[in-house]
Amino acid sequence: MTIIKCAHKVFTLPMAWCQPTIKWLTQWFVILGMTNITAQELILPQDSIITVNLDEVILISARKTLDYHRQAKPLSTLEEYLESSKKVTMVKRGAYAWEPSLNNMFSERLSITIDGMKIFGACTDKMDPITSYVEVSNLAKAYVASGQQGAKHGSTIGGAIDLQLEKSDFRDTGLQGGVETGFESNNEMNVWGVNLDYSRSNFYIDADLSYRKAENYSAGGGEEVAFSQFEKFNVAINSGYKLNEHQSLAASIIFDDARDVGYPALPMDVSMAQGVITSIGFEQDSLFGSLFNWNSKLYFNTITHIMDDTNRPDVPIHMDMPGWSDTYGFFSEVRSHIKKHSFLFKLDGYYNKSLAEMTMYPNVPEELPMFMLTWPDVRTVNVGFYVEDEIGLKGSTLKVATRLALQNQDVADEFGLNSLRIFYPEMQKSKTRFLKSISGQWHKMWMPWHLNVGLSYGDRAPSVSEGYGFYLFNSFDNHDYIGDPELANEKSMEVNAKISWKKEKFKLSAEANFFHIPDYIIGEVDPNLSVMTIGAEGVKVYKNLEYANLFNTSLEMEYIPFSQFKWTSLLSYHRAVDQHKENLPFISPFSYRSSLTYNKGSLSGTIGMTGAGKQVHYNSKFGEDQTKAFTVFSLSLGKTFNFNNDLMYTKIGMENIFDKKYSTYSDWKNIPRMGRNFFVTVSYAIN
Amino acid sequence: MKNLKFILVLVLLTLGFSSCSSDNDDNILVINPLEEYNLISKIEDNGHHIELYAENQDFIIGYNEIMIRIKDEVTGEYFSNPTISWIPMMHMMNMKHSAPKSNLSIMKENNTISKGFLVFQMASNSEEFWDITFNYKIDGKEYVTTQVIDVKAPKDKRQQVTSFLGNDETKYVLAMVSPKTPEVTINDFKAVLFKMEDMMTFSVVKDFKVGIDPRMPGMGNHSSPNNKDLTYDETTKCYIGKLSLTMTGYWKINMTLFNEVGELIKGEALTEEQESSSLYFELEF
Repeated sequence: MTIIKCAHKVFTLPMAWCQPTIKWLTQWFVILGMTNITAQELILPQDSIITVNLDEVILISARKTLDYHRQAKPLSTLEEYLESSKKVTMVKRGAYAWEPSLNNMFSERLSITIDGMKIFGACTDKMDPITSYVEVSNLAKAYVASGQQGAKHGSTIGGAIDLQLEKSDFRDTGLQGGVETGFESNNEMNVWGVNLDYSRSNFYIDADLSYRKAENYSAGGGEEVAFSQFEKFNVAINSGYKLNEHQSLAASIIFDDARDVGYPALPMDVSMAQGVITSIGFEQDSLFGSLFNWNSKLYFNTITHIMDDTNRPDVPIHMDMPGWSDTYGFFSEVRSHIKKHSFLFKLDGYYNKSLAEMTMYPNVPEELPMFMLTWPDVRTVNVGFYVEDEIGLKGSTLKVATRLALQNQDVADEFGLNSLRIFYPEMQKSKTRFLKSISGQWHKMWMPWHLNVGLSYGDRAPSVSEGYGFYLFNSFDNHDYIGDPELANEKSMEVNAKISWKKEKFKLSAEANFFHIPDYIIGEVDPNLSVMTIGAEGVKVYKNLEYANLFNTSLEMEYIPFSQFKWTSLLSYHRAVDQHKENLPFISPFSYRSSLTYNKGSLSGTIGMTGAGKQVHYNSKFGEDQTKAFTVFSLSLGKTFNFNNDLMYTKIGMENIFDKKYSTYSDWKNIPRMGRNFFVTVSYAIN
Repeated sequence: MKNLKFILVLVLLTLGFSSCSSDNDDNILVINPLEEYNLISKIEDNGHHIELYAENQDFIIGYNEIMIRIKDEVTGEYFSNPTISWIPMMHMMNMKHSAPKSNLSIMKENNTISKGFLVFQMASNSEEFWDITFNYKIDGKEYVTTQVIDVKAPKDKRQQVTSFLGNDETKYVLAMVSPKTPEVTINDFKAVLFKMEDMMTFSVVKDFKVGIDPRMPGMGNHSSPNNKDLTYDETTKCYIGKLSLTMTGYWKINMTLFNEVGELIKGEALTEEQESSSLYFELEF
């Protein structure tokens, strides 16, 4: 479907701006076709498909396409898949639940959704980014959009990641099933996955079940990283029913349950992190007038997150820290083509309840427990309207998009409100904010050159922690954090550009974006406040900086010397400072990666290298120190076997071949990454 | 025209009914003004019942707000506007002393109830006991009666009164009045300060200042922001300030007492080394 669509688009575009030779066109068409069918590995640079966007699409599932060789490491965690994106990096607090960052911005500055559904983690210490509540077996693709180009599903500064659920989608494939298993040597991780799909042209039901259990991993050199174990169980069911030729219903449920999750970089672990994610959708081919592809969804999800320190030796004080987050939401979107305009209209809304508490048990047994609400049952209501218009101009494409949203936050718990009023005696129970985003993205090509330029403005409301957090301990900079309900909205003015040169065997592109962010929200030390957490250095209160500037740039190369070989390389550089030219924390140093893949028939192989330079710009006020340069290597080998009608795919590989001991700028408290690791996966598909 | 009259009548009737019903409400309120308090002592003497009410179940160490009513044994009627004075007395092994107290004054809301407070510095035990002597005048006739009472330590054993010798060689009694039910918020903080003139006489100290520094010893001596030191309030004759408590649990309210010219009378300011003051209250909730 996408292939046909893109072909159409690319075919019509050059027609519009000049009179190119048919030869050119066919040539371009062939290249595109090739890239779609064979060449891409893990990442499909979307700009070759939807020309105007700089989105990336990360392919997660190979189940429906049986393109197993596209996956570098099947059954790896979702985080590993996301990390293969150009713009995504991961903050690691252990082996589980890495926090994605995009353009060096984290959860609160991103819009992360699952099939367009808003979900919010229930942990005050960001131990459960929402990507931790799904499994790779649930997902087909991840869309990564940078900056305001990600405004479709919600207000954002840094961009958006939308994880798309895997569905049979009325393909007439009958009953299909598969079994997958994997093992990783370093942390003795066992993974099991089973899926069973039944799909007809008017009905489908997909079920998948997966389980993974890992022990502690070892860093390079063999040192065991204590408290890095985890166990996770996930089951998902998707179903759809066609009411008639033009209308269909869909429903999905995901149940995800992680137990005994260690966080070696943090002072606490998690005994349980549980998510239930459900939705009902309705689709209709056309609405009225020129409106078509009407797609609506109602959803609900609930997250329970229980922190636990009972396994840790020498805790200064034992504490329980449960958190809950429930979200109810909807969206409805419809498309329209009018002459050169293709519109998308989307109305969405959600209601979220975030509550987290902390109970500390004194070392003197006769004293009463100490209780506080760390998230005071904040009720967020957000209703937004999004419109985008992709306009075919002469020889170029322009996409303009805007999102307007109204958000109200209300502190529902009296105890919590009174707690915050200790800091803000005049604080109101409820606060309403108006959020807006507008962006323009322009694409032009002069074969073989492509130019993409974008300009945008957007803002976001403070997150629950930034607005209402009450003594949230950050172990990285060793400070307690207090929210400020009166924070101004953080604004972002963004400019981006990408220039690419593409030929059949060689592609080169340079890309950069610059964010000027007035009222950038960050914690600042208040020397008058007394720490709550035993051993903490001080208390920080979230403040609006006058502004911050972030700059990201990357250079990407792809070379296909022979049809079975492909060499890709990526270099990137990032810089971010505040108004006093002080470094912002968690900004990537110069980094690079390169890989050579081989693909022929049933055999595939990859040799990869990834690394980063020494961290030059860091900020010790935020607990950062200089991270050393590193380079690590990996390789993998895969083969597909056919048994009658069935298919078996195996992949073996080795990561961190030279057992290098290293950590990256985004590893919480310099926790070392995994040392040498062998993996083997076997997938058996019954057709 | 007829309709209009009818409406007018209707409106008048409604008004009449509603004013009647509100009168009834007032009467109900008067029935038992001390319902929410506990009867902690009852003295039967001189043909009268003297009833003592308090928020607590017992007399406790520290500040005790007490309400008194005197009933005629025969008619069961409470006397209006009695004049009552009281003297608390501690009978120790080889000495006796009184306690800080307020005068008893008739409550505005109900002229049968007199209200005041007593500050007990210690509990009764098997050898030592408290009693209260009441001198009261009803219908121009004076009566005297004495009743032994039982003063208990508060259930949580936390210190909410302290008697001490100041740097000026004067004995003081400082007692916490509120918060009675502390909450995680900025609490109204109130205390009374008395100077011990002699064993029997305690006088209200005016215009001193009490610096406060609430801490949680169990949490690495965590403190809270936006506290307000206690200063003297002439109308209530109390020291009034603000006390922030950031979580439930055990709090030690460290204090420093300064006289009217700012000289330190008692207590120590907290530093890294000085983790608590010798002048303090305790709260646990």
